[in-house]
Amino acid sequence: MSMINYASREINCKLVYYGPGLGGKTTNLEHVFGKVNPAARGKLISLATETERTLFFDFLPVDLGTVRGFKTRFHLYTVPGQVYYNASRKLILKGVDGVVFVADSQMERMEANIESMQNLYDNMAEYGYDLTRIPFVVQYNKRDLPNAAPVKDLQAQLNPGWPVTDEARHKIVPDPGFPGEHLLWQLPTGEWVERAPVHEAVAVKGDGVFDTLKTVSKLVLKSLG
Amino acid sequence: MPGASSWSFQESDFKAISERMNALLRETNVKSLLLVDRTGQVVANVGEPPTFDPQAFASLTAADFSANDQLAKMIGEHEFSSLFHQGEKESMYLADVAHRVILVALFDNRTTLGMVRLKVKTTVEELTRLFEAMFSRTGTEQPKLEGFASQEAEDEIDKLFG
Repeated sequence: MSMINYASREINCKLVYYGPGLGGKTTNLEHVFGKVNPAARGKLISLATETERTLFFDFLPVDLGTVRGFKTRFHLYTVPGQVYYNASRKLILKGVDGVVFVADSQMERMEANIESMQNLYDNMAEYGYDLTRIPFVVQYNKRDLPNAAPVKDLQAQLNPGWPVTDEARHKIVPDPGFPGEHLLWQLPTGEWVERAPVHEAVAVKGDGVFDTLKTVSKLVLKSLG
Repeated sequence: MPGASSWSFQESDFKAISERMNALLRETNVKSLLLVDRTGQVVANVGEPPTFDPQAFASLTAADFSANDQLAKMIGEHEFSSLFHQGEKESMYLADVAHRVILVALFDNRTTLGMVRLKVKTTVEELTRLFEAMFSRTGTEQPKLEGFASQEAEDEIDKLFG
């Protein structure tokens, strides 16, 4: 739920980093916190357990700059990834403008990724939000690990695409991240399919963190027009 | 509804809200008042400038209210329309406005909980009317911002990230 204040010419948007436990959601925020000019960001608030597992959420406000004379401020939230915390996880999605799904690339985490993605769809649906119609980006994290599953397999399991019935949108859109592939395309059967933009990342080193933030915030700002 | 609902307010709305909050400030002698929306964004604040980060405060306030809403449902209540957190010196009283925003009063021993509770109740009723009128006028669907779909806007967005 973006909040537009015409009096102060400010736009406030809410981004939520979702995904399985220990996938790197908090690490994404910590990297943004560490790299953004302190004047352009607020405090990083973490409601975590003593073992640094997110209990409720992490929160980081970031000023991205001015667009069309409006100051754009993004509120970055993470959710607790552990299955147990679904009640609080759902609360954080309230009023979300854009979602980043941080998947753990390790092969043995595939099940946890799938479960979390399903949970995201379910929780969004409970609020009446349609994930296929709001800014949504998938990040494949931990690409540097030897047991990382191939992106092709992750895509097939987590981001196979959804049907696009609106004929006005039936236009091939190439995927800038993966040459030769598409974000919106037609199947041989004639059906049109769209999938979420994807970034590969190694969040602990910061690789892909800002690319992901850029893609999702761009989609959010464009959706305001 | 495809995505999350949004809202926007004009300068006149902002003025009316601030005036009402300033009146409450004078009537109760609270230190400061904040208006926070349910997604954790600061809408307005009056009184002593906060010594804390208002955005962090707003996100925690919204989370606090949401968590308590769920607790209310668990015990068979529809909601808790107000919350009170008592400290040794500083206390806070939070009240729901039109199910969309939260009015937070920060106060110390210069006033009393009874006084705050009493006066906030009237203000909440007035603010609820203000917000409901505002929502019915502007709607709560995604407001379209002029020029944001243009190429110029896209170039500006690209520049934000260098």
